[in-house]
Amino acid sequence: MKTNDVILQTTAKVVFFIIFLFSIHIFFTGHYAPGGGFVGGLLTTGAIVLLLLAFDLRTIQQILPFNFTVVTAIGLVLALATAAGSIFFNVPFFTHAYDYFTLPLFGKTSLHTAMLFDSGVYLVVVGSAITIIQSIGGDD
Amino acid sequence: MEFVLLIFLPVIFAILVPFVYKYIKGIHTGWLVLLVPLALFSYYLSFMPLMMDGGHAISELKWIPSLGITFTSYIDGLSLLFTLLITGIGSLVVLYSVFYMDKQKEDLGSFYVYLLLFMTAMLGVVQSDNTITLYLFWELTSISSFLLIGFWYTRDKSRFGALKSMMITVFGGLMMLGGFTLLSIMGNTFSIRELIAQAPELVNHPYFTLALLLILLGAFTKSAQFPFYIWLPDAMEAPTPVSAYLHSATMVKAGIYLVARFTPIFGTSSTWIWLVTGIGLLTLFWGSFFAVKQTDLKAILAFSTVSQLGLIMSLLGAGAISYHTTEAMFALATYAAIFHLINHATFKGGLFMIAGIIDHETGTRDIRKLGGLMSVMPISFTVALIGSFSMAGLPPFNGFLSKEMFLDSMVALQHFELFNFDTWGILFPIIAWVASVFTFTYSLYFVLKTFVGQKNFEQLPRQPHEAPIGMLLSPMILASLVLIFFFIPNLVGKWIIKPAVMAVQPTLYASPEAVDVHVLAWHGFGSTALWLTVGIVIVGSLLYVTIPKWQPLYKIQPAKLSLNEGYDALMRGSEKGMNRMSRLYMDGVIRTYLLYMFAFLSVTMIAVLFIKDAFVIDMTSFTALSLYGVLNAVILVLAVGFVVFAKSRLAAIIALGGVGYSVALFFVIFKAPDLALTQLVIETVSVALFLLAFKHLPALSSHGETAKTKIVNFVVALSVGVMVTLVALSSHSQKLIPSISQYYKDTVATEAGGGNIVNVILVDYRGFDTFFEIGVLAIAGIAVLGMIRLRVSRKETTDENK
Repeated sequence: MKTNDVILQTTAKVVFFIIFLFSIHIFFTGHYAPGGGFVGGLLTTGAIVLLLLAFDLRTIQQILPFNFTVVTAIGLVLALATAAGSIFFNVPFFTHAYDYFTLPLFGKTSLHTAMLFDSGVYLVVVGSAITIIQSIGGDD
Repeated sequence: MEFVLLIFLPVIFAILVPFVYKYIKGIHTGWLVLLVPLALFSYYLSFMPLMMDGGHAISELKWIPSLGITFTSYIDGLSLLFTLLITGIGSLVVLYSVFYMDKQKEDLGSFYVYLLLFMTAMLGVVQSDNTITLYLFWELTSISSFLLIGFWYTRDKSRFGALKSMMITVFGGLMMLGGFTLLSIMGNTFSIRELIAQAPELVNHPYFTLALLLILLGAFTKSAQFPFYIWLPDAMEAPTPVSAYLHSATMVKAGIYLVARFTPIFGTSSTWIWLVTGIGLLTLFWGSFFAVKQTDLKAILAFSTVSQLGLIMSLLGAGAISYHTTEAMFALATYAAIFHLINHATFKGGLFMIAGIIDHETGTRDIRKLGGLMSVMPISFTVALIGSFSMAGLPPFNGFLSKEMFLDSMVALQHFELFNFDTWGILFPIIAWVASVFTFTYSLYFVLKTFVGQKNFEQLPRQPHEAPIGMLLSPMILASLVLIFFFIPNLVGKWIIKPAVMAVQPTLYASPEAVDVHVLAWHGFGSTALWLTVGIVIVGSLLYVTIPKWQPLYKIQPAKLSLNEGYDALMRGSEKGMNRMSRLYMDGVIRTYLLYMFAFLSVTMIAVLFIKDAFVIDMTSFTALSLYGVLNAVILVLAVGFVVFAKSRLAAIIALGGVGYSVALFFVIFKAPDLALTQLVIETVSVALFLLAFKHLPALSSHGETAKTKIVNFVVALSVGVMVTLVALSSHSQKLIPSISQYYKDTVATEAGGGNIVNVILVDYRGFDTFFEIGVLAIAGIAVLGMIRLRVSRKETTDENK
């Protein structure tokens, strides 16, 4: 049976970017407002799932040609490396550091190592969620 | 220099090995690996002058300072001797393996990683002063031995042998850990040096004998003493370089090291002397007797190793007697133990390599098919002859010297007057002599049946010819050492043995020179040992000539009554028993398991609430009912009802999503935006997942439920609901400890530089939790991938037996 889902597909193309950008926003704003790596990662996953529902797995793999298990691994390594990095500054494992910088365009910005750790979380969430979805959905 | 770090050099190098193996194809990986033991060997040689003066060296690396656990490299005469054996024989074995392990066919990457791992572990065992790190390295040797025995993992026998060795040695290791724990309780320290300093007080402690027994169990399992030796013959499935290295020269001597190291603490006890000497002698006899039964070259060598380990063990036991008497003979025993340990490493290492060469060049190790190889493999024959004659205790080889000292010590035992030795002591020289006769016999059996006699080259899988020179190099070096040591025993004694003896019995000797032993090959016609040796040669030769007549006698022992059968029965029995026990409650249906969990959870929680009288309701702090709240609750209940009573699974899934969304709405109402956001997204993604998995799920109606199971389910569900409600009400109504929220509020901006407590908790305050959570998430992802994508058909290539 061939369904006609032009409306869904057209909408999905636009809405995907809205959700995706929102997830990035939520990820960065996490330290001060609701959000963070975990929710951000889930939202990105949600955006990809939307594409998946509108199109099919093969299309998704063409659009996002990543190996998501590798994404998971990179996330884990990033999180561990951030946590372990503090050892080299002779402070206990997992000590975060932050400071305020004045950047062009952004103005006064705070930069945290916690953000690096959070991006590890983000990558792991996206990576393993999509891995699971791809495995279950792709099993015919 | 912090030489404690050198212990880790091999394992650090091992990280590079896979890359070397993958990207440098031109050279055999072994050549590069060879650099490691060679460099270590030459470095450790520089410690020798210090040891000859009776000194020691310490280097420390803190690991867990709060618990007193450190990596301490304590090098004295004994440690140095073992260190040199490990690195020296290690170099020769790696050199041999370059020619033995085929570059194209074998997985050299893994092989050398395991071998280097073992090297680190073994160096750690013999240098650690801290009992906990000693234990750590001890188990690491078991694990690397497991990996190496199972190197050809497609063979059933390799896997069986690997598991057996691991089971027995790890069992012993755990017992030893118990002994160490007791020792640390008794002496209030993990350091062996400090324990030795307290030795006189420790003897009277009530735990003393228990600690002694437990540590001996560790030593006996590792050094393959009776009745634990059964793993060693099965370990011969390992590639021959491994057998030569782990299972004859180094790892199996770890138990001997342990006994030697703890002699200053336990040596004064009669239990120690009786057990170490007695079990050692029994093992010596048992191993040599059963060696003649074997038909596989490596099996003969395995039993001979068992027996020689027993010999060294019994000498260490006899050496401990010198705490009780001034008779020079017993000082000789410790000296002989160390001397024989070195000699055994040289001749047995060479013999193993020859066995490997024969296997390599003829395609079989079955002694019944071999014969007459002397004419085609003259160099191998010479090396094998030197090794065997040294093992048999003939001059002019080093084995003769230590064997004579051994016989002397055993003869002296009968005159020792403490601990009932004057009544039973006569047994010791007799057993020692009989065992030596069998040793002589199997030495002849090994070398003559292989190299002399009838040629049946047609029976052999391969046309035999001499091995390449590179392969012969290592055994030739070892064989020349066998000869050299015979001519300069006292130099070797001065360099290595006397410092080691002093380390074994530090209270008896002030300096290595104080060990008053001078080794002589010829004591004159009055020497007892000489006549015992002559007797051994005559009776042994007679036994060898008549082997075909009496070898069938071994078949009298029923196979059912052997120790191996006992081990197998134990393993089978425990496996079956465990299986049966699990079957009692594991039926493979997830809903049953959920039932157990929920029932257990609600019963324990409710019981605790009542026993502790913790159930309190305090209505005053409740939030006032709001219209949104009530409406939301009604929707929630309706959705739950819909899930339970839905006729189609699709409807149930969607209703479940409704449940989740209304919970998210509650979070919104109670002003928890982070939770609400997460819950909403989770709900969306999981409904999508459910829909994806939808087509794989079985039909909704086929649960096979009866009225009875429905009632049980209902009761459990109800009790879980009651439990959660009670716990929620109680925990809301009473605050036993002040909430931590205030701390977070105060510090979130100052300490963590953030504004959103929830997220800062996730990434900073409780970052460890989050880190392990994403670890679990990643594992879950990979597990799903593994279950679904990688469903390789079971009977594919991996399981065949070549």
